[in-house]
Amino acid sequence: MAQHLSYEESVRGVWKGLALLALVTLVEVALSLLKAAEWAEDIRILIYVASLLIIGLSVYKAYFIIYEFMHMGYEVKGLAMTVLLPTMLLIWALIAFFNEGDAWRKSREKVIYKDQLEVPTGDDVGAISPREDDLLLALPA
Amino acid sequence: MTEERDTDIIIAEDEKPELNSDWSGGDRKPFRTSYGKLMMWYFLLSDAFTFAGFLISYGALRFSSPSWPVPDKVFATVPFGINELFPNGEAPLIFVTFMSFLLIVSSGTMVRAVQEGARENKRGVVFWMLLTVIGGLGFLGCQAWEWTNLIATENMTVTTNPFGTYTENGFYLDPETGEVTDERVLEGETYLLHLAGAEHGEEAAGDHGEEGEHFAYATTPGDYPGYVVDGQRPDGSGVAGAKPFIHRKYVVADEEGNLLTNEAGNPVQFTQEFGPVAFGALFFGITGFHGFHVATGVIFLLIIMINAGGGVYVARQNGYEMVEKIGLYWHFVDLVWVFVFLVFYLL
Repeated sequence: MAQHLSYEESVRGVWKGLALLALVTLVEVALSLLKAAEWAEDIRILIYVASLLIIGLSVYKAYFIIYEFMHMGYEVKGLAMTVLLPTMLLIWALIAFFNEGDAWRKSREKVIYKDQLEVPTGDDVGAISPREDDLLLALPA
Repeated sequence: MTEERDTDIIIAEDEKPELNSDWSGGDRKPFRTSYGKLMMWYFLLSDAFTFAGFLISYGALRFSSPSWPVPDKVFATVPFGINELFPNGEAPLIFVTFMSFLLIVSSGTMVRAVQEGARENKRGVVFWMLLTVIGGLGFLGCQAWEWTNLIATENMTVTTNPFGTYTENGFYLDPETGEVTDERVLEGETYLLHLAGAEHGEEAAGDHGEEGEHFAYATTPGDYPGYVVDGQRPDGSGVAGAKPFIHRKYVVADEEGNLLTNEAGNPVQFTQEFGPVAFGALFFGITGFHGFHVATGVIFLLIIMINAGGGVYVARQNGYEMVEKIGLYWHFVDLVWVFVFLVFYLL
């Protein structure tokens, strides 16, 4: 792939790269099935570790495709930086929007909870219980 | 030839007239690359932001939902009934893994086409590009089957998501009598709502509403002892024009299987709900946009393959640079699939 490699070497590099990507994909699928297995349901830590590994492997695949197949590793550094650095903005987008999604879920749950509350009716409305009455009397004047 | 130098600073005395052909005004090529390749990189960068926007919105909506369909249950079918060979008739992620392989392999054959181009080997370029086109068409065919299965067999649309997920444990009610059965409802498990009157056993796997052969769900919309059928009921209530989805009823239990009761002492009863509405729109929108990129890529691969075969790039004597440019685009399509595969199928 690199300019200094011979033709035969670079051809072999392609098939090695393909085998690597296929293997990483298989490992990802295996991890994904593992974390969805019934016996793994209650082991939260396993689910988190497997998910993080899957994300890590996907990022590795992306790196490999960009650097080897798309030849970014052999371009001038300035070109690589102008293309790759702007994507760093996405890190903040991920943090911000996932937090936002979580906040939507919380407010939805709050709405559901409040909808289920029963409105006090009849004599209960505005009444002060005897104990609260005592508290009021005990306040200093 | 350019000298080996890892900088893009323009030096006035660095006169390279032969490099000026496609950059008017500059003394040398920025980043020591051609105009076309550089602009392809910046186009891909902007496209990456488009896809990132879509995928991040998927994440935000998923986080905002109390439950989300489990991909292993949603994507468990394979053409030709191959999934029937697996336990429960479910082949989780097998088909999409095959689709991923198709795209990865077509990426590899594309690299080979670029390598042959660098050697000015016309026959090699055409041969490897043809294999790449076949890989791309194969991927599109698989996607067409996947969509058809989801839409026609499993009744998922942009606005309807029949893949719901339980948020509590419990037991189903017998559909006929409405009595509590010992058939369990498991928290976090995804079910598929079926249409009343649909052929029994032809549905995709993944549901837990299968009955003995002798029981058939009513096709008239209504509230039955153990289930509800959507649509306008004979008494005029219900939603007119709604598809007759069957929603089974179940009672909630704790993890040990003890039934929960409300204040009046009755068991807490729920009905199967639709899954998050956004799921269908996100799935068809994002995989559709990716499929559109694949289709566009196949068209351009074909055009460039025909040009290469016709000797257009031999005359240009630039190492088949056009093949390199479509190669960049094609690898990008593969790259996006890595992330689509990650968020829709793996996580």
